[in-house]
Amino acid sequence: MSNRIKAAIIGPGNIGTDLLMKAQRSEVIEPVWMVGVDAESPGLARAAELGLKTTAEGVEGMLPTMRDDGVQICFDATSAYVHAENSRKVNEQGAVMIDLTPAAIGPFCVPPVNLVDAVAKKAMNVNMVTCGGQATIPLVAAVSRIQEVVYGEIVATVSSKSAGPGTRKNIDEFTRTTAKGIEVCGGAHSGKAIIVINPAEPPLIMRDTVHCLTQETPNQEAIIESVHAMIKEVQQYVPGYTLKNGPVFDGKRVSIYMEVEGLGDFLPKYAGNLDIMTAAGLRTAEMYAEEMLAGRFVPAAG
Amino acid sequence: MDLKGKKITVHDMCLRDGMHPKRHQITVDEMVTISKAMDDAGVPLIEVTHGDGLGGSSVNYGFPAASDEEYLTAVCKEMKNAKISALLLPGIGTVDHLKMAVDCGISTIRVATHCTEADVSEQHLSMAKSIDNLDTVGFLMMAHMIEAEELVVQLKMMEDFGANCVYITDSAGYMLPDDVTSRIALARAELKPETELGFHGHHNMAMGVANSVAAVAAGANRIDGSLAGLGAGAGNTPLEVFVAVCDRMGIETGIDTFKAMDIAEDLIVPMMDHMVRVDRDALTLGYAGVYSSFLLFAKRSAEKYNLSTRDILVELGRRRTVGGQEDMIEDLALDMAKAQGTL
Repeated sequence: MSNRIKAAIIGPGNIGTDLLMKAQRSEVIEPVWMVGVDAESPGLARAAELGLKTTAEGVEGMLPTMRDDGVQICFDATSAYVHAENSRKVNEQGAVMIDLTPAAIGPFCVPPVNLVDAVAKKAMNVNMVTCGGQATIPLVAAVSRIQEVVYGEIVATVSSKSAGPGTRKNIDEFTRTTAKGIEVCGGAHSGKAIIVINPAEPPLIMRDTVHCLTQETPNQEAIIESVHAMIKEVQQYVPGYTLKNGPVFDGKRVSIYMEVEGLGDFLPKYAGNLDIMTAAGLRTAEMYAEEMLAGRFVPAAG
Repeated sequence: MDLKGKKITVHDMCLRDGMHPKRHQITVDEMVTISKAMDDAGVPLIEVTHGDGLGGSSVNYGFPAASDEEYLTAVCKEMKNAKISALLLPGIGTVDHLKMAVDCGISTIRVATHCTEADVSEQHLSMAKSIDNLDTVGFLMMAHMIEAEELVVQLKMMEDFGANCVYITDSAGYMLPDDVTSRIALARAELKPETELGFHGHHNMAMGVANSVAAVAAGANRIDGSLAGLGAGAGNTPLEVFVAVCDRMGIETGIDTFKAMDIAEDLIVPMMDHMVRVDRDALTLGYAGVYSSFLLFAKRSAEKYNLSTRDILVELGRRRTVGGQEDMIEDLALDMAKAQGTL
């Protein structure tokens, strides 16, 4: 356990805290810093109790010592508005930034689809798209690796309780960023994303529907096999990633119905949408960490 | 009740909500013909969009015969007096669609959310408010699902974001006149006096007209209707019927009742793919409190998987599904078919 890459989490809210709990179990990541902006934040207090260094002065509060503290990976779980500045500052200190906000200034990363590429390119900033993107883009890719997908569309339905103020204030960022991810990572010629928020009690588990329109008649057998293989990949870091129905084939339409239950670390299990973000973010960091530990990647300031 | 001399704005839905029973296949020519006839009949405000609002074109809701931009451009330029509105559901459409619709010449934007989720409309309402002379409307769907007090909190949120008019929307056609009265009356008492208040009904329990009259009596000044009721489920409040009732009551709409009747009979009814009426399944929507545009999706899934449409709709109601969850219908039908051993 001594050989772990040190990491900082920026943003001690629900996402940051859930990420911290997952990161503490990692064999290659050691969370050492929690960065916030509010001294009264319960997330900062929790992190301090767990032995992390904390600051309520934002990234500025960590910068003077982060290099000496050995921080090589940072997670940003704040908001799109402040992300670019946060990223620039930690990159200058030689740390890779994993962006969990919808800022998307770095390349998109959906672990089972293109994590290997992102790490190989040694990008200093990678973006985790959106929760709906993490839950659905792997399946668009599972179809598009079999045959041309002219149009990919996803519908993410999340419980009201799991849609935070950031998502609500900037719901357009979700639809835009996810649609772009469906194209760039999912491999569809054009993408569309829809999000529905449902207030039912007890809260519903995140549901996702993926519709692909293929260029030619779908190769059913190959698509079914590819989809099942992809689901197994995602299940490695989100065990509650479950195929509910499908693939349904209707002419050139391929529809897949999913449910995403979270691990219930800090966030409740129904919030699979948040869990899949933190799990994907950690998975990405671990891949970087493995490269760093093997000496294949030394992040450089810049 | 004496409503003599009360002036209201009647807003037609047949070229937006009416897209649902037409599977979004109304053509640009049909839109132009119908909207010109409505303009001539004195209908002051006409909504033109995909049934699920701007950006609704999708596998999930259906691909339309033409784009929102094509419909809006064609209709807006033909209007002499009538104004055109567009609907936008955050999560489906974005402010980019809103700007496009403004460029096409709309004068009203209506931003719709589920009744408990008004805070997702901030981006769109505040943007709309910043555009000169754009009538900015907040629209709370499935309003039967929460009580008046809770609803007013959400309406006020939309008012704060910049809406100059807010709507109580009975998307499931579930409400009875008392449900409308309590909600509209409390909203009227709590909102700013200058904020307009509207009601959008569906006719699934045949309450469209009665509910709309109750809304006016309780203080609403905008009422949605649709000629011949062309709209989701059993349709919207039939506009020509509502206008005739208003005439008799002395409520002023500015619409020529006979012309409205003629458009309904001569243009809309012949265009219907099926008779939009309170049939067994549409009645189930109202009875079980289900989003009206689920109707045709449930019928199609019932047929495909050998199930009863009513069973599907009742289960969708039991699960407290909300507008936009059309993708749930095939998923649920597959579960039901598996459970009955036919799949």
